[in-house]
Amino acid sequence: MKEQEVTLDLVLEHGLTEEEYKLICSILGRQPNFTELGVFSVMWSEHCSYKNSRFWLKKFPTTGPRIMVKAGDENAGIIDIGSGLAISFKIESHNHPSAVEPFQGAATGIGGIIRDIFTMGARPIALMDSLRFGKLSTPNVRRLLDGVVRGISHYGNCIGIPTVGGEIYFDPTYEGNPLVNVFCLGIMRHEDMALGRASGVGNSVYYVGAATGRDGIHGATFASEELNEKSEERRPSVQVGDPFMEKLLLEACLELLQTDAVVGIQDMGAAGLTCSTCETASRGGAGIEIELAKVPQREKGMIPYEILLSESQERMLVIVKKGREEEVEAIFNKWDLHAANIGHVTDDGMMRVLFNGQKVVEIPAKQLAEDAPIYQREFKEPAYYKKCKSEDLSAIAQPSSYGDILKKLLGDPTIADKRWVYEQYDHMVITNTVVAPGVSDAAVLRLKECEKLLAMKTDCNGRYCYLDPYIGGMIAVAEAARNVVCCGAKPLAITDCLNFGNPMKEEIFWQFKNCVEGIAEACRQFETPVTGGNVSFYNENPRGAVDPTPVIGIVGLIDSQDHVTTASFKKPGDVVILLGPIESGIGGSEYLAIAHGKKTGALPEFDIELEKRVQSVCLKLIRDGKIKSAHDISEGGLAVALAESCILGGVDSTALGASVDLPATSQRLDGVLFGERQSRILISVDPSDVMYVDDFAKNNNVPVYKLGTVENERLQISCSGKILIDERIADIAKVFRSELESCMS
Amino acid sequence: MLRFGVVVFPGSNCDHDCFYAIKQFVSKDVEFIWHKSREIHEFDCIVIPGGFSYGDYLRTGAIARFSPVIGQIREFAESGKLVIGICNGFQILLECGLLPGAMLRNTSLRFICKYIYLKTVNSDTPFTSSMEQGRVIRIPIAHGEGNYYIDPDGLAELKRNNQIVFQYCDANGNISDNTNPNGSVENIAGICNKAGNVLGMMPHPERCCDPRLGSSDGLAVFQSILKSLTVSQ
Repeated sequence: MKEQEVTLDLVLEHGLTEEEYKLICSILGRQPNFTELGVFSVMWSEHCSYKNSRFWLKKFPTTGPRIMVKAGDENAGIIDIGSGLAISFKIESHNHPSAVEPFQGAATGIGGIIRDIFTMGARPIALMDSLRFGKLSTPNVRRLLDGVVRGISHYGNCIGIPTVGGEIYFDPTYEGNPLVNVFCLGIMRHEDMALGRASGVGNSVYYVGAATGRDGIHGATFASEELNEKSEERRPSVQVGDPFMEKLLLEACLELLQTDAVVGIQDMGAAGLTCSTCETASRGGAGIEIELAKVPQREKGMIPYEILLSESQERMLVIVKKGREEEVEAIFNKWDLHAANIGHVTDDGMMRVLFNGQKVVEIPAKQLAEDAPIYQREFKEPAYYKKCKSEDLSAIAQPSSYGDILKKLLGDPTIADKRWVYEQYDHMVITNTVVAPGVSDAAVLRLKECEKLLAMKTDCNGRYCYLDPYIGGMIAVAEAARNVVCCGAKPLAITDCLNFGNPMKEEIFWQFKNCVEGIAEACRQFETPVTGGNVSFYNENPRGAVDPTPVIGIVGLIDSQDHVTTASFKKPGDVVILLGPIESGIGGSEYLAIAHGKKTGALPEFDIELEKRVQSVCLKLIRDGKIKSAHDISEGGLAVALAESCILGGVDSTALGASVDLPATSQRLDGVLFGERQSRILISVDPSDVMYVDDFAKNNNVPVYKLGTVENERLQISCSGKILIDERIADIAKVFRSELESCMS
Repeated sequence: MLRFGVVVFPGSNCDHDCFYAIKQFVSKDVEFIWHKSREIHEFDCIVIPGGFSYGDYLRTGAIARFSPVIGQIREFAESGKLVIGICNGFQILLECGLLPGAMLRNTSLRFICKYIYLKTVNSDTPFTSSMEQGRVIRIPIAHGEGNYYIDPDGLAELKRNNQIVFQYCDANGNISDNTNPNGSVENIAGICNKAGNVLGMMPHPERCCDPRLGSSDGLAVFQSILKSLTVSQ
């Protein structure tokens, strides 16, 4: 690469506007040189600066009694869980890289999110993935799913952090625009907390980890544009991951943080060395000066522009107390890693970069890191919104066989068992996995450091968010919370990954704004602050944008092993009970999409006050030992939830069945069976506890229905005596267990 | 008290799990052994844990065999002391020739992590002495290269010397192609050396010592080690 003259064309090519360029000139008091233009372009890209979203993200509640580091202040938030322990967790997208190079795109996504967590001083102990693809009937979608799963498997398994959960949806809206959102959680003692700050004039700046190459230059800029037929050419913007290197880096950094030689530490993710230097300086209220010739490089002839903008993986920046350098170098030496002293902290607030002694960059760090313009984008309600909402669904015919529909739904890859995926992930390493994937509504991990356990889940139904972004956003939080409640956990906090189309389009921005407001309101209601996350715009190709998909990652705390509850029925004779309303419309349901090919309708009624009551009643009953199984009713409705509670507990051929009789109704039967009204939990209880559970729910103003009993072998569902569904569990289990695998082989 | 040493190669990732399981359920006296260490003679049993030593980019265990500690382990094994290699540890023992045979990629060409059933076909080793012959245990596997291969002559010798210790089976102990998760010759999941003091196994006993995690069947392996060491002391 060669240095180029800075012209307006070059500025526009870098994704900056003319106005932004003027602002840069006024910050510098001169025109930027080529290297400085590159530096500004990545720091002020949407991906790094959140310039189009920041105004709305401020709506999120970010504080609470447990919050030790709040969203936006550092690489990830930190939450107190008592006993002197804290957790740090975050979700991030790696959508664009995964669209053009699924294996490395997904792998480096994992690498990046793990660094975000251990840079806080936490040991990463769990990963989850939230994935979205088009329909598996398309060969390219199968290629993408296979590549993404292999990439996650490659990186997560090798580094030795279990992938314990997540979710996958398959919908035509994600065709050509897969979403790959990755979540990592780590645990630390309070005193081990580390921050990404450069301070203390004269302290040394260390570059540690892998050497810098030309990979990933302008990755952040790539992530800030729509995909098109030329996106393939962006393949060189995708980095290559080395999980072994990251394992060494992880162990070395955690060992280093046990000394008190470190002032600050930050990973080099998007915008690499550029971002880590200016952000640490800005947070520390200091300046920083580095010499690029000292940066370990694996390619010859790199110019400053390339070294600064490279997104080579597995690298960290560490600010070391003056006089403690030898100690630090010894630790990295032990792990056979580079540790290069590349500069020092200054007091002039400048990010100053030298190359062989020549000054190549001099920019005020704070203004570079924090003063990117914030835009309030225009928004407009799209025409489809009211049309879908008022769509008359009464003409939709009832199916001729409810049993066939049940099987169709159980075999739908979005609902079917994801064994083909999670068996490729090591979900047991670190030996904390108490509730593994495929068993329950959320993953549960014990903690070796205390008696408490953690439940975690990612969730979002993009179709709901398309049909009603505000309610859909609320539901994403409510359902995530309901999932961990069903495991016996009290929800603590969330992280979010907001996947949307092009924010310059008013109708897309309307979706974004409404989703954010819905999430913010739900988080206030559930007292689950947002601890951080990521915005991914431009998930759009010439055929259109993805459905708005604000993925919520939630973590809950379980007080005791005795409270851990799973979704599967436990014993014949137990009584099956529904907590929450029984009737539901079919708008926005998987049933409507799969059986009738329609993505439309008003979402079933959602009342957040009722949702809170249902969750709190369920959690209280679990803690009182009254509930033997609890399962959230979601995609596929009550019938699918019943089938899953029968199938899920089965090791080999021991699955249970159920016989339930629904009360007479004036509503559509397909709605009662397959509708996806929220605020509903299917539980099973010992016959001796039925009265207690019934009274307790009613006293707390939660609808409660005794549906029937747990049986052997068959699932029978009737409505006031008339049989609607009667299937052998072995048959429906086979469909549920084998469909995804047979799609992929 | 009996001393256990858990070897740490760069890229080992089940080292902490083995350490924790031993400390919690077997012996308080357990230490990590850095791969550059040259002093391991004071231990009673060496555990080579699972993971991806050196990233396993070339071939599993192919680089770890050149670590300084391997020479020490070889001497340790030759002196008759106990060495157990689990998963990547098994692969490393094959690569450095302490056990016969080699590992291929799973026939599915995919990583597999799940619970399987394992039959103890030789209870006359220090690693299985507290289990009755034929006992079936439920235990996890987690590997991409667990497809054990040995040529027909080698296989005959393994059988002649009674070196096959564990085979993949179903819940009732039936051994068939249907219960073979990775394509291993004769469903072999674990073997020992001729002398019986070196064991390699693909499944992870350290992952199933605590009943909270779904099974405590793996404890039998560590209890056997404890029992035989106590007897020999």
